[in-house]
Amino acid sequence: MTATLAFGGRALKKFRRTPIQLLDVAVHPVVFTLIFSFLFGGAVGGSIDAYIGYLVPGILVMTLLVTTGTTGAALSVDIATGVYDRFRTLSIRPGAVLTGALIGDLVRYALASVVVIVLGLALGFRPAGGVAGVLGAVLLVLLFAVSLSWLWTLLALTIKTPGAVLALTQAVLYPLSFFSNIFTTPATLPGWLQAFVDVNPVSHLVSAVRALMAGTAPGASLGWLLLGCALLTAVFAPLAVRRFNAAG
Amino acid sequence: MHAVEASGLVKAFGATRAVDGIDLTVPTGSVYGFLGPNGAGKTTTIRMLATLLRPDAGQARVFGHDVVAEPAAVRGRISLTGQYASVDETLTGRENLTLLGRLHKLTRAATATRADELLAAFDLADDGDRLVRTYSGGMRRRLDLAAGLVVRPDLLFLDEPTTGLDPRSRSEVWRVVRGLVADGATVLLTTQYLDEADQLADRIAVIDHGRLVAAGTNSELKSSIGGGTLHVRLRDPGDREAGLALLARALGAAVPVDGDPAGLTARAEAAGGAAAALAELSWAGIEVAEFALGQPTLDEVFLALTTKEKVA
Repeated sequence: MTATLAFGGRALKKFRRTPIQLLDVAVHPVVFTLIFSFLFGGAVGGSIDAYIGYLVPGILVMTLLVTTGTTGAALSVDIATGVYDRFRTLSIRPGAVLTGALIGDLVRYALASVVVIVLGLALGFRPAGGVAGVLGAVLLVLLFAVSLSWLWTLLALTIKTPGAVLALTQAVLYPLSFFSNIFTTPATLPGWLQAFVDVNPVSHLVSAVRALMAGTAPGASLGWLLLGCALLTAVFAPLAVRRFNAAG
Repeated sequence: MHAVEASGLVKAFGATRAVDGIDLTVPTGSVYGFLGPNGAGKTTTIRMLATLLRPDAGQARVFGHDVVAEPAAVRGRISLTGQYASVDETLTGRENLTLLGRLHKLTRAATATRADELLAAFDLADDGDRLVRTYSGGMRRRLDLAAGLVVRPDLLFLDEPTTGLDPRSRSEVWRVVRGLVADGATVLLTTQYLDEADQLADRIAVIDHGRLVAAGTNSELKSSIGGGTLHVRLRDPGDREAGLALLARALGAAVPVDGDPAGLTARAEAAGGAAAALAELSWAGIEVAEFALGQPTLDEVFLALTTKEKVA
């Protein structure tokens, strides 16, 4: 546990000193919220006020998804600089390096969530679910983000080139975000795309987050999501830890 | 028990056999020098011994523990200082040491004390709270060495600890290594420099293309290579032909012709022979601008060792 916390502390110190990561957390949600609410709000949702309630949960999900992308990139930078070689020759619990880094990421994700929610509130977002609903929704997105981070961790340990890791994660995350119900209702889409949006896990996440924030029951989506998170973690966490400890 | 016992180590990357059947025994308490050019397989061997890389064939034991089967037991005894300073650039020097102290399960108080000790010992006391990003190459290397010593290891791997350092930083690193050995640590050191291996190591193994070319104590190795090398620069390049013939006769060795039009380089088995050869040059009226009797360079060592192999 000491080791995990030590690595968590390291991640936070690095985060504080790497302005680009702060940018990622703060600027991305602001830009996307402003673009979609003011630029498209009228066209897509009828009015900005009507659309903002639909958009904030979506932006929250997208921001966190994109933020998970830097997890893998940061890890592969560490590997490239040789810092991890030293950590791997220490007799510490296998996986402490990775779980420690995830604790740091969790703080980053939480910060990004606060930025999105505060901005939404400023733009007139009034969630019917109240504090409890919003908190529940944020916790759900955080859980999903951390579970997904294990996949990027494994990817970073396998590919090892920071640029390639970032490019690959973005190539997965942006289509998943845009071809979902984040920005618009799938009813207006052509049939084949609708089918994709319906099975896209991001859509399920967004639906559940919307329901929680609106104070309605999230229904089956929530169950599927929790199962998905459990699966992501159960499959990729042990693989990543094994990969990390395995002598190349 | 030996600190390191390895036999038949092999590691291939694609079609390249980076390490091609290396046997190695490092006695506890000694400094073992691993000498070879870039790409000879030094780092790959060290990484296998330090549990970072799985050997394709062969086996290795560190203090009796198999590096593949018992990595945790091996990791508890070793410390690795890499060729590329493996310290965290976005942390300060002190934070780097503190992180490692905590990872070694030292208490906060013990960690702080140890960090202060190390910063002072490595001449970084004034820079401990600056980000490593702002450090010079020498400072980074010193911090890297310090980071490997937060908890005193029984076996320290030093992978090219002085490559790219200026002479002053280099001798500082040497001083540190000598201090460690005096305190009883075993050190496995890789280097591209013969004089570094000579200065620090009790035993030297010469490695090239993934194979050991020669191994032994410094004096064994030197006597197998032959003595030093005499470099002479003549005042008048026109005397070169005559000087060449004279040196070849005086030293009893062929004098290869190199690029310097006024330069002559010949192997000299002993300093006395070199002095006599220089005297003969001066008697013959060939003026010498400068001369030096040096140790064989790494190139010469390889030339000597590989030619010897072909004869045998």
